Amino acid sequence: MPDGTICAVATPPGRGGIGVVRLSGPDTAALTEAVVGPLPAPRRASMRRFAGDDGSAIDAGLVLWFPGPQSFTGEDVAELHGHGGPVVMDRLLQRLLGLGARLATPGEFSHRAYLNGRIDLTRAEAIADLIEAGSESAARAAVRSLQGEFAATIDALVQRLTDLRVHLEAGIDFADEPLEGLALEDVTRQVEGVAAEVATTRQAAGRGQQLQEGLSVVIAGRPNAGKSSLLNALAGRDAAIVTALAGTTRDVLESYLHIDGLPLRVLDTAGLREGGDVVEQEGVRRAHKAMAAADRILRVVDDSDPGDEALPPAEWPDHVPVTTVYNKIDRSGRAAGESAAGLAVSALTGDGMDALRGHLRACLGADDTEAVFIARRRHLQALDAAAGQIDEALAAARAGAGEELIAESLAAAQASLGEITGAVSTEDLLGRIFSTFCIGK
Amino acid sequence: MQFDQGYDVIVVGGGHAGTEAAHAAARMGARTLLLTQSLESIGQMSCNPAIGGIGKGHLVREIDAMGGVMGRAADRAGIQFRTLNQRKGPAVQATRAQADRSLYRQAVRSILDEVPALSLFQDTVHDLIVERDQVCGVVTGMGLELRAAAVVLTVGTFLGGTIHIGDHNRRGGRAGDGPSIALAERLRAMPLRVGRLKTGTPPRIDAASIDYGSLDAQPGDDQPVYFSRWSRGDEHPRQVPCHITHTNADSHAIIRAALHRSPMYSGEIDGVGPRYCPSIEDKVVRFADRDGHQIFLEPEGLDTREVYPNGISTSLPFDVQIAMVRSIRGLEQAHITRPGYAIEYDYLDPRDLHPSLESLQLPGLLLAGQINGTTGYEEAGAQGLLAGINAAARAGGLSPWVPQRHEAYIGVLVDDLTTRGTREPYRMFTSRAEYRLHLREDNADLRLMPVARAYGLISDAAWTAFATYRDAIEAERRRLEKTWLRPADLGDDHGTQRLGQPLRREQSLMNLLKRPEMDYATLLSLPGAGPGPDDPAVCRQVLIGARYDGYLKRQSDQVARQARHEDEPLPADLDYHAVAGLSAEVCEKLHHHRPATLGQAGRIPGVTPAAVALLLVHLRRGRTRQSA
Repeated sequence: MPDGTICAVATPPGRGGIGVVRLSGPDTAALTEAVVGPLPAPRRASMRRFAGDDGSAIDAGLVLWFPGPQSFTGEDVAELHGHGGPVVMDRLLQRLLGLGARLATPGEFSHRAYLNGRIDLTRAEAIADLIEAGSESAARAAVRSLQGEFAATIDALVQRLTDLRVHLEAGIDFADEPLEGLALEDVTRQVEGVAAEVATTRQAAGRGQQLQEGLSVVIAGRPNAGKSSLLNALAGRDAAIVTALAGTTRDVLESYLHIDGLPLRVLDTAGLREGGDVVEQEGVRRAHKAMAAADRILRVVDDSDPGDEALPPAEWPDHVPVTTVYNKIDRSGRAAGESAAGLAVSALTGDGMDALRGHLRACLGADDTEAVFIARRRHLQALDAAAGQIDEALAAARAGAGEELIAESLAAAQASLGEITGAVSTEDLLGRIFSTFCIGK
Repeated sequence: MQFDQGYDVIVVGGGHAGTEAAHAAARMGARTLLLTQSLESIGQMSCNPAIGGIGKGHLVREIDAMGGVMGRAADRAGIQFRTLNQRKGPAVQATRAQADRSLYRQAVRSILDEVPALSLFQDTVHDLIVERDQVCGVVTGMGLELRAAAVVLTVGTFLGGTIHIGDHNRRGGRAGDGPSIALAERLRAMPLRVGRLKTGTPPRIDAASIDYGSLDAQPGDDQPVYFSRWSRGDEHPRQVPCHITHTNADSHAIIRAALHRSPMYSGEIDGVGPRYCPSIEDKVVRFADRDGHQIFLEPEGLDTREVYPNGISTSLPFDVQIAMVRSIRGLEQAHITRPGYAIEYDYLDPRDLHPSLESLQLPGLLLAGQINGTTGYEEAGAQGLLAGINAAARAGGLSPWVPQRHEAYIGVLVDDLTTRGTREPYRMFTSRAEYRLHLREDNADLRLMPVARAYGLISDAAWTAFATYRDAIEAERRRLEKTWLRPADLGDDHGTQRLGQPLRREQSLMNLLKRPEMDYATLLSLPGAGPGPDDPAVCRQVLIGARYDGYLKRQSDQVARQARHEDEPLPADLDYHAVAGLSAEVCEKLHHHRPATLGQAGRIPGVTPAAVALLLVHLRRGRTRQSA
């Protein structure tokens, strides 16, 4: 594994009141001081304010400092104990990454400890398991992070970057072939295009805003099934409404909720039904779009109306898990709670709502949320690195530096994006060159 | 029958790999025998008459820095020199020369003849002598048993070669020589993985039948450069131009009408050809919208009338070749002196080699050149040099030279081959080198001469001259870093004018040199900045270092990060299924590729960083157990 100073959330993911971010590596002291001020005495807890890059407080909590080799990994280690919950933890990580740390790979703390002789032989197997299991769940989370628009823009970006590299590298390696290559002005213009696209993608990725949105839950169902009252009931009790604003669409209303620190973006859609006027049909179209992009769909059925469960299955997107919620049990008389068929609730009386919250926590689970947060953070880090490298390419192009320097930065940018989408190997690139150009005079 | 007193190193094959191998081994003091089917064809250029090019010129300069043959021979035989990529930066600039075939052969032969420890012998090789799983000699066609501590096999396309011209095919090596069938069968019987590749050549044309008046000439550079730092500067023979013509719609129609008679399309050939050097029939099929392809008419020499039309390699039947050639402008009356052909040949999977080019299964046997799946004189020469050094090292009890990816294109070449293998004839491109800015033609000597010196390939006098050069660069670098220019030093407007922009604060000369618009002469003309070094090569090195500074630093950081576990050896008998946590897919890949080090393992496509971490845990555990 590569070296450097690594950081990660050390506490089990979830709704615990306390979350710990751990750092290990040669720059631990400097990074920690940048966030909390002067280091406390070794192995003594000290209460500090955790400062963001603009000086504002991210959180306040305890700091512990373990100079190597008397530490878990054998390297310099620090721990920041803050308030649990993915958002605070993520902001802390983001701050440390901004200062030059890198996200630990699965099992990397234990791996370092093992290589430095801080963990004995008998635990080697356990570390192997840790790395393997961690890599798998990270891979799953990475796939989840890469759904929707983010993935599409990243793909487009990689595509464009590869095209540009194909032309640049062909121009370098086959300068004695009669290729329809790019003039330097064209190269500059194209690098400008890629730079603009990266900027857009970073904006789309939301620089934190997207993270705070959390996972999206779409409430869908036939008209008058009680969707809006279900949203109100979910938001009602101990769940705090963070924001409530009219959606970009006429008929999809977005709300941001926290359930026990688990951030959720809940979308209330127009009732699904055939026919209706033009405006209503547009609402239904948008509801389907929202469902397709959701992490989970709550399908609300009016339990007091026997015909309501008959919505054609074809209308539900295949890849999104669906929970059926039988609403209005105060009228139908069904018992509240979870069964194989779904959940029975009354949005009106609040019966069964705790079970629904529990269900949401369990299936969108804190585990998943946190893993997706980390995956998304990794992706944003890679995107930031790529953006810097593309800016460097642009500066080189504008200064009229050699094409090999532009190519150098673009290759680095591609390697950064490769951490999101998988690497583009030299063989792939050469393959593209040979299929694009007739090489071989 | 025994012959002679025995040798330290036997090299089989007198092509570009074989000559470099024999030369390097003998220069290191190993008693070396070069065995070849034909002493006359030592140093034969069997494909196009050119040396160098982008990526390839880099290899030539590296061979040269290691004291090798190719650069010197090309300087003596080069009849047209060009520096490619002149408008781009120094890292991707490269030297290419058209060579006179006959002068090239003579030059190689005379360079070999200078080395006392090297003997030549003309015979074929029919078998390897294997004792206790080690290769310790060869048996020749006339039954001689020759013994040595190491055998270098560089038999190129001779191994199981089949030549195709239209629907005619026959067994054969290149350019009229016989194939090595007995040896091919012997190797196929050994536990080595064998694959099949193909390549082709164009028909050759009599210069007297070409209408040059209707064609554009392409001259060489006004100031032809030299490949070799050992050349004195008066070796170049007379310089001549190449000419350019194109295929046209008529040529393409002729080719299309005859495709069914091409062994490529009739299924006769199953070897894989190079994508970057397609036959003309391939180009016409794959790029159907193109109405012309460029052809370089390259003279094969000063005193021969044969011309090599680079761009129309083909295995079409001879009558089609004649019609196709005569449809091309300038070639309407062309007389073909020999037909083009495709050749299929065996290669041995290079993943069965250590990065030293020694066989994993058969210690004592080293393989270099096309037999490892590469194409090109330069790729062959580079491997030959490496194999020769390592054969002599084995004989002399030295540790082998394993060049790394950040040290040399030779390192990129052997790492690519031995880590990933190849499915088409492997050619060097600069885009294969992730440390491209450091691996330049201009600093090949700075990168590699210390290695060459350590292996005894550099004479004392040459080393002294090199050390002076290297020290001068270092001294000039330090001088520029320590000499500061203050705004007041500029004095008048004149100084500012030369600087291009005003100096706002005190700057070191080195920082000023990093400005893209600054050149060395201007820098030295600033007050207090001169006079500077006499040797323009010193200035050039300092300038390139300044321009690439930030990039080079980043690359060396990368190298340092990756170096930590790079050399961690992976035992050849490692059971990957016993490594906890490895996925079946990764297991299969590692089992198949048999990486020599952890660094190599990480470069196999599909092997994740997590898998590398698991391997590291496994290795440490094994070691602790053994020592416990």
